[in-house]
Amino acid sequence: MADEPLVLGIETSCDETGVGIVRGTTLLADAVASSVDEHARFGGVVPEVASRAHLEAMVPTIDRALKEAGISARDLDGIAVTAGPGLAGALLVGVSAAKAYAYALGKPLYGVNHLASHICVDQLEHGPLPEPTMALLVSGGHSSLLLSSDITSDVRPMGATIDDAAGEAFDKIARVLNLGFPGGPVIDRYAREGDPKAIAFPRGLSGPRDPAYDFSFSGLKTAVARWIEAKRAAGEEVPVRDVAASFQEAVVDVLTRKAVRACKDEGVDHLMIGGGVAANSRLRALAQERCEAAGIRLRVPRPKLCTDNGAMVAALGAEMVARNRAASDWDLSADSSLPVTDPHVPGNGHGHSHDHVHEVSKENLYS
Amino acid sequence: MLLLALDTATPAVTVALHDGEAVVASSGQVDARRHGELLLPAVDRVLAAAGVKLDAVTGIVVGTGPGPYTGLRVGLMTADTFGLALGVPVYGVCTLDGLAYAADIEKGPFVVATDARRKEVYWATYADSRTRLTGPAVDRPADIAERVAGLPAVGAGALLYPDTFPQAHEPEHVSAAALASLAAEKLAAGEELEEPRPLYLRRPDAQVPKNYKVVTPK
Ligand SMILES: [Zn+2]
Repeated sequence: MADEPLVLGIETSCDETGVGIVRGTTLLADAVASSVDEHARFGGVVPEVASRAHLEAMVPTIDRALKEAGISARDLDGIAVTAGPGLAGALLVGVSAAKAYAYALGKPLYGVNHLASHICVDQLEHGPLPEPTMALLVSGGHSSLLLSSDITSDVRPMGATIDDAAGEAFDKIARVLNLGFPGGPVIDRYAREGDPKAIAFPRGLSGPRDPAYDFSFSGLKTAVARWIEAKRAAGEEVPVRDVAASFQEAVVDVLTRKAVRACKDEGVDHLMIGGGVAANSRLRALAQERCEAAGIRLRVPRPKLCTDNGAMVAALGAEMVARNRAASDWDLSADSSLPVTDPHVPGNGHGHSHDHVHEVSKENLYS
Repeated sequence: MLLLALDTATPAVTVALHDGEAVVASSGQVDARRHGELLLPAVDRVLAAAGVKLDAVTGIVVGTGPGPYTGLRVGLMTADTFGLALGVPVYGVCTLDGLAYAADIEKGPFVVATDARRKEVYWATYADSRTRLTGPAVDRPADIAERVAGLPAVGAGALLYPDTFPQAHEPEHVSAAALASLAAEKLAAGEELEEPRPLYLRRPDAQVPKNYKVVTPK
């Protein structure tokens, strides 16, 4: 529909420079430049390397997104940007670009929450989000269970990891197995040829007295590493495929069990899974199986929309416009620990005004 | 010609508008931790004071540093994006050149130094306010004391280390007004300006994780 808001979204919270364009819930462009290769030799994302790459990639990526969408920037109804959470320096590059772009084009600016964007992106795949929706977000940076009755105003944390993120555990186990970085895709690949029941790795926080919706992957990580070391110490060959499959099974077993339980407890009949780990084939399969058994409808966007991208930011921005949420002010800043309960950073209404003009003189203030 | 100049390479967040003849309006605030918040409202105020809209601007001038990276990128990213949105050229000017210009010294040599943190300075030497001789470079003040001995010096980096720069004086901070004036002068003379690319001068701090640590107790 032509009257749905046309929004450009910018994402720079980690190592992907993402620029997406949507019209309402329709995806028009999803341009991503990644610096992942530059981080590979460090075995993790180096913040300064990511920030430098964002600055280099931003203008070409915006250009690419506009061409892909076949629209003119003048036609946009708003600019959205990830204001947090994420790496402070990396976020600041995207926020600076979005502010300058919105200001130069005379468009409203929406600083939005990265986690809420991960949930909202599913609208581009499966249409408007049911309200309420339970969301399981799993990536190298986050593992959270969130309940939202309105993605623009109400996101409630149900549970989160108390130590490592799920994706981090994949990276670490891949490193122990000498499979490289990032660990997610390669563990998934090896696990397909392995036996998930070969080794009984522990399920973190799964006891009767443990918090029902929180996660812990640190103990699992240590257990897997010890198991591998014992094999190596005994001079035995490490069955990489079985280790990958059994480790992966322990992770996705806990994730899906807790997510389904949260849905049942809250009487929510929709579960969405997002974040980079949502690309994991076993997580998708097991979630599907358990949701079906529990009468819950599962929504998982395609892998490219699960990892960090600009389209998810644009999707949430479009929803902000559609629901008449207040735009952000020109002094919007990046907030590396923006609470998940703040889907966006509304302005106080003074940001677009021209007060404080008296602070400017015709003379240079320093002279 | 209507140039919008901005610089966030140092603790100063500074913006100026230059019409080819003179600086029309300018703004400067010193706050090392809030470049991201302060820059765009400052642009808005400067334009309002001059009574023009951003789309009247014919070129963007941006300080390329050297400077602490996080703040430096705010100015560069803002300038790049303005250039994209408006379809106007973006020119880079070394931030130290702006300070040298503002120092208004006809006969050098003299030194410009800014604070590089970690007990170092970003510095360059100049024959006069428009002619850089060496640099920019990043060094510990004590390590360059011999090379700058006897020379007048300007900038916060010089004022911070009087042992190395006993003849340090104002200006302390860079002003976009100086950057704009320098750029306008060069453009009018048909000179090429630099690309708007950051002068980091240091490699990124990248901790390579140590070899995988054995977790099994021995
Ligand atoms: Zn993410």
